[in-house]
Order: sequence, then C-alpha cells, then structure tokens
Amino acid sequence: MGRVVVDVMPKPEILDPQGKAVVAALARLGFREFAGARQGKRFELEVDGEVTAEVLERAAEAARTLLSNPVIEDVVRVTAVDGAPTDGAPTDGAPAAGNAQS
Amino acid sequence: VRIGIVTFPGSLDDTDAARAVRIAGGEAVPLWHGDESLHHVDGVVLPGGFSYGDYLRCGAIARFSPVMREIIRLAGPPTQQAPGLPVLGICNGFQVLCESHLLPGALIRNDHRKFVCRDQRLRIEGTSTRWTSRYSAGEEVVIPLKNGEGGFVADDVTLDALEGEGRVVARYLGGNPNGSYRDIAGISNVSGTVVGLMPHPEHAVESLFGPDHDGAGRADSTDGLRFFTSVLEGALAR
Repeated sequence: MGRVVVDVMPKPEILDPQGKAVVAALARLGFREFAGARQGKRFELEVDGEVTAEVLERAAEAARTLLSNPVIEDVVRVTAVDGAPTDGAPTDGAPAAGNAQS
Repeated sequence: VRIGIVTFPGSLDDTDAARAVRIAGGEAVPLWHGDESLHHVDGVVLPGGFSYGDYLRCGAIARFSPVMREIIRLAGPPTQQAPGLPVLGICNGFQVLCESHLLPGALIRNDHRKFVCRDQRLRIEGTSTRWTSRYSAGEEVVIPLKNGEGGFVADDVTLDALEGEGRVVARYLGGNPNGSYRDIAGISNVSGTVVGLMPHPEHAVESLFGPDHDGAGRADSTDGLRFFTSVLEGALAR
C-alpha cells in the first residue's frame, strides 16, 4: 500500500494566531530558542497500490481543491512515502520519509 | 416570497434565520445539505453554526455539499454583472461563501484567539445589495456578533477592489472584534446579490429579544430585520 503526504502551511503574509499561541507557550516553558512558530497541517492519503506519477498529480489536485484554501494557505509538499502510517517513533533529525520520491 | 434556509450537519442558527424570514413577512423553506433542488426559492440564507464540525477549515466541506453545488450554479460567478440568486451567508455561512469562491477572501481565527460574543456596532456602507436596500448609507446599527474564526483577510488588491467598487457592506465600529482587515464585517459580490456577514442580523429582529440599542438593558434592537425585509421587497418588485 502506498501513501502520499500533503503538507499545507498558512501563507507567510497571513497572520497565524495558532502559531503565535504556540511560540508564546514555548517561551513560558523556557524554550526561548524559538522566536516564532507557524502551524500547518499534514495529510496522509492512503493509496491502494503503487503511488504513480498520475496518483501524485491527483493528490496535488486534491490538495489544491479541498485540502488547502489558496487564499490563506500554500501546499508546500506532495510526496509519496512507503510503509506504515507515521507513528510516534522519534527521528534522529533526518526526514522521516527517507524514500521520498518527489 | 420563499426564502430557503440551509441546514448543514452542525448548523446552529437555522431556526432563528427561518424565524427572522417569517417575522419579515416571508415564507421560510427548509433546505437540507443533501438537497439537489432549491425548491423554487427566491433567495437563500446560509446560517451560522459549525457545518460539518468545522472540520478541515470552516465551511470547506459544506462547500461541496449537493445543495451548495446548486446554490453556486444559480448564484453565478462572483464578478458577473447580471444578478443571480440572492444569497446571504451569516457567520459560518460567510465562511461557506468564501470557501465556495462566491465571495473573495477568507475568514481566519480571531487575532486575539478567543471566541467573541457581544452586541456589535456596525456601519452599513453598502445599501445597493439585495439584502441591505432598506438601510441608509452610513447608518449605524447594533446586532450580535459571536465567532471564533471571524477575521476577514484578503490581499491588498482584493481589499482595494472591494472598497473601490462599493462592495464593503458593513464595517465594525467601536473597536475591531476579530482582526478583520480594514474593519470589514461584510462584503458582497459584484451584482450585490450575494452578501457575507460575520455578525448575526437574525438575532436582532424582535424587540425584547435583541441586543441593547443604547446599553440601557431594554434588549430592543431590531436592527437586523431589514436584511430580511430588503430581500423580500426586492423579490416582490421583480
């Protein structure tokens, strides 16, 4: 089974109230290294079978049509990944999807 | 005159909107989100609430419901000069209209991140729409406002166009309650048939059950009623 990850972020020029709340909470907890935070969305789309170029194009179309609102958000990533749904396993700093195809 | 009131799963103010239509003298026609026909209504109200639980983005899933496909078709493109079906989107309905691209811009979370609920002073600026013809330009009104994601945003080109074309229907007075750009509380499409409004005129249609007009506790503002009498009068004139 294949999987497509779609990442959506608020546009840089649009105020991100949730990101502001996050960075304020980080500072209260002593994480003062972080001057700002922006909060986006990650979608994992399951595919029966292989993630072909056509499937990726359809995922990009779905991302533009439903998963994002182009007035306030940008689709920043549409990527094929293999394997199981993302679990909570910590990563060593490398991208979780080591076999990304695009 | 028949005004359709759409109920999505999670709609909250559909009964109040229907009641406002009846108090204004119209016939309120319930429309379900799965309806593929609008049952020959003369106008449509998209009410406030939390359609589809506000999942994904407010209004994003409602936009693709069968009833919205028909409303989008009959309302016509937002820049069309010829008048299409009159549609008033209130609060969540305004969010649905923006997600449907019947109106420009988008509504995002309030800049102060808290839900706001208060009697809100507004200035009615656009009186040539089908929903505001019974107001006078520059008139100040008080109607309730209650939203968590009511910040109207758009790029400067869009905002300049809305102001230049007289499509800002209402602006907030006495402080901006949600971070809306240029204090915008409501806008219309080019022909003035489709109006989106963040405050709730359907909650200010009956004395004793409205907001305070002057803060004296009389709950006497019926300032919202003319949104509904406007569209009825316009339909009768046709």
